[in-house]
Amino acid sequence: MNFKLKALTKSIWVFHVSAGSCNNCDIEILDCLTPRFDVERFGIQLVGSVRHADALLITGAMNKKSVPLMKKIYEQAPKPCVVVAVGQCALSQHMFKDSYNVEGPLDSILPVDVYIPGCPPRPEAIIDGIVKLVKKVRGEK
Amino acid sequence: MSHKVIVPIGPYHPLQEEPEFFQLYVEGEKVVDIDIIIGYNHRGIEKLSESKHFDQVAFLVERICGICSSSHPYAYVLAVENILGGEHLVVPERALYIRTITNELERIHSHLLWLGLAGHFIGYNTVWMWAWKYREPILDMFEMITGNRNNYAMFKVGGVRRDIRDEDINILKKILDELVPAVDMFKGAVMDDPVIQARLKDVGVLTKQQVIDWCVVGPTARASGLNIDVRRDDPYGAYDRVNWNVIVEKDGDIFAKTVVRILELYECVGIIRQCLDKMPKGSIDADIKDISPGEGIGRVEAPRGECFHYIKSDGTNRPVRHKIRAPSFMNVASDKVSAVGGTISDATLTLAAVDPCYCCTERVAVINKSDNKQILNGWDLIKLSQEKTNKIKESLLK
Amino acid sequence: MEIKDRIKEGLSGKIIHWEEKTVRRIYFSVKPEDIYEVVRFLFKDLSLRFSTASGVDTVQGLEILYHFSFDQTGEMFSVRVLIKDKLNPEIQSITPLFPGAEWIEREIWEMLGIKFRGHPNLKRLLLADEWPEGKYPLRRE
Repeated sequence: MNFKLKALTKSIWVFHVSAGSCNNCDIEILDCLTPRFDVERFGIQLVGSVRHADALLITGAMNKKSVPLMKKIYEQAPKPCVVVAVGQCALSQHMFKDSYNVEGPLDSILPVDVYIPGCPPRPEAIIDGIVKLVKKVRGEK
Repeated sequence: MSHKVIVPIGPYHPLQEEPEFFQLYVEGEKVVDIDIIIGYNHRGIEKLSESKHFDQVAFLVERICGICSSSHPYAYVLAVENILGGEHLVVPERALYIRTITNELERIHSHLLWLGLAGHFIGYNTVWMWAWKYREPILDMFEMITGNRNNYAMFKVGGVRRDIRDEDINILKKILDELVPAVDMFKGAVMDDPVIQARLKDVGVLTKQQVIDWCVVGPTARASGLNIDVRRDDPYGAYDRVNWNVIVEKDGDIFAKTVVRILELYECVGIIRQCLDKMPKGSIDADIKDISPGEGIGRVEAPRGECFHYIKSDGTNRPVRHKIRAPSFMNVASDKVSAVGGTISDATLTLAAVDPCYCCTERVAVINKSDNKQILNGWDLIKLSQEKTNKIKESLLK
Repeated sequence: MEIKDRIKEGLSGKIIHWEEKTVRRIYFSVKPEDIYEVVRFLFKDLSLRFSTASGVDTVQGLEILYHFSFDQTGEMFSVRVLIKDKLNPEIQSITPLFPGAEWIEREIWEMLGIKFRGHPNLKRLLLADEWPEGKYPLRRE
């Protein structure tokens, strides 16, 4: 494992991108930071600028207007950067797959490392997804 | 000296969870104009709705917005029941109460959520953590009643999908009892704090005339002295069977908007308690098979204001036209008057004060650098806002 | 005097069809060329609250409903206009009367292609800039 990737497993700073989501996943992500779940004690923090981020949490049904911006954000993120698809919309577009204003699912646009299903995923599920991600980067089973 | 600076906020910034793009035109510290660009959340739900049958649409509209996932399906079923004659004629009595309870729980969780975010913007992260901590038991109540923390899937044409069990009622009441002291504490912490008063009073003022001209709804309108509330004016559910008050403030500034939301929490708790007591036994679903041709309008007072659904049916099993107008669609547009004239450090708060919900509305960069354009991102703006609070704090301590 | 009678009196001669579908839901039709005057009367003289407008593509033509709410009694008045010319639909804008109608007229313009004469800022609201000209998502053809 290369050194940069190893650094990723210690204290992950995440940036949150909503590409046409319904807000539920976004709120559950914020919920992870608040007292009941409190992921900040593991050093996981939501950052204000993508240039500080180690991971991108992407939610939503890939709205046509936000996809180009999302790609730009991915380009700006320091590499290596992991992409986490949160919620059913980002995974498979859910009910919105026939809409005229959405592009394909997230993995057809960006390389995705972790999928967290659910509509919306519970905070426990999101935390579990991040733990699996850390294990994957470390090469553990 | 007209050195105009454009401050782009967004579309991705920590100010709100959803993408939207504001361009603030600034002269010195003062905001002189604002351009709101939305559409980053538009998923074409009105069109999708025409391809789903009446039962499925309730699940679709629930996903318009994660916070209003009971208001939108409620307004939708009201619109369909309006075609059949009206909610009170069609739906069994017990279902009316369950619908009311779900809708009020949603208001509590939404207002607490807003309170937390507002606290974060002015640099009171303690308020944020508190508010979200006390919001969790409400989500537990939702889980107990509906089976999920969000996206409740409770509403169907003619009734509700799940019943409230008798043995749960005492637990629900106990959670409500525990919420009241927390709201008391917020009321004290927010309304008596000199720093918060200094930050929120006379900021982002909307006058009553502006509210009328911009057709603003909900707590934002009630904070400016416009006495409107769909729950009272066009009663649905069990709201005409319980006692409660409409909270109206006069000042129209952010402080008034906060006060309206905090005081509404007490009313919500009161309504839910009365509903749990008065709820009759009986069926929860009228089992409606056919929707006759016609058109209907459903209105619900969502946490942010009047939520409007219009359904046109031609007698088949799908709607021909489904128009959705969420409250934020009207409220966000009014930022244009409330933010202009204020200072840039107040802008974040003013933009957030209407409790904007872009998922509902749509149903706001990258700006070329040239000599007279300066780039600040949303994070800088929150910092500016938090610095201002600290300055006020220090000056008060001296 | 009830609000219904005041509307009937104030708009006498302009109302083509009046229908009270259920309690508190009243629909009436007017001619497209009268819409500015009708809305001015309802909004300014009777101070009804403008709730929203909805457009629909029907066989006869494009139909717009302007929904007004009278909050003292909870009645909803929906003003119906039918624009028969589907190729070049046009109607007078009501935004000069009050700014609250700006966004909804922009939305109807991009979704159904109805042009609002005298609208101060008729540009796209929701759809992406790359969306093809002359294609409207809510039209049926």
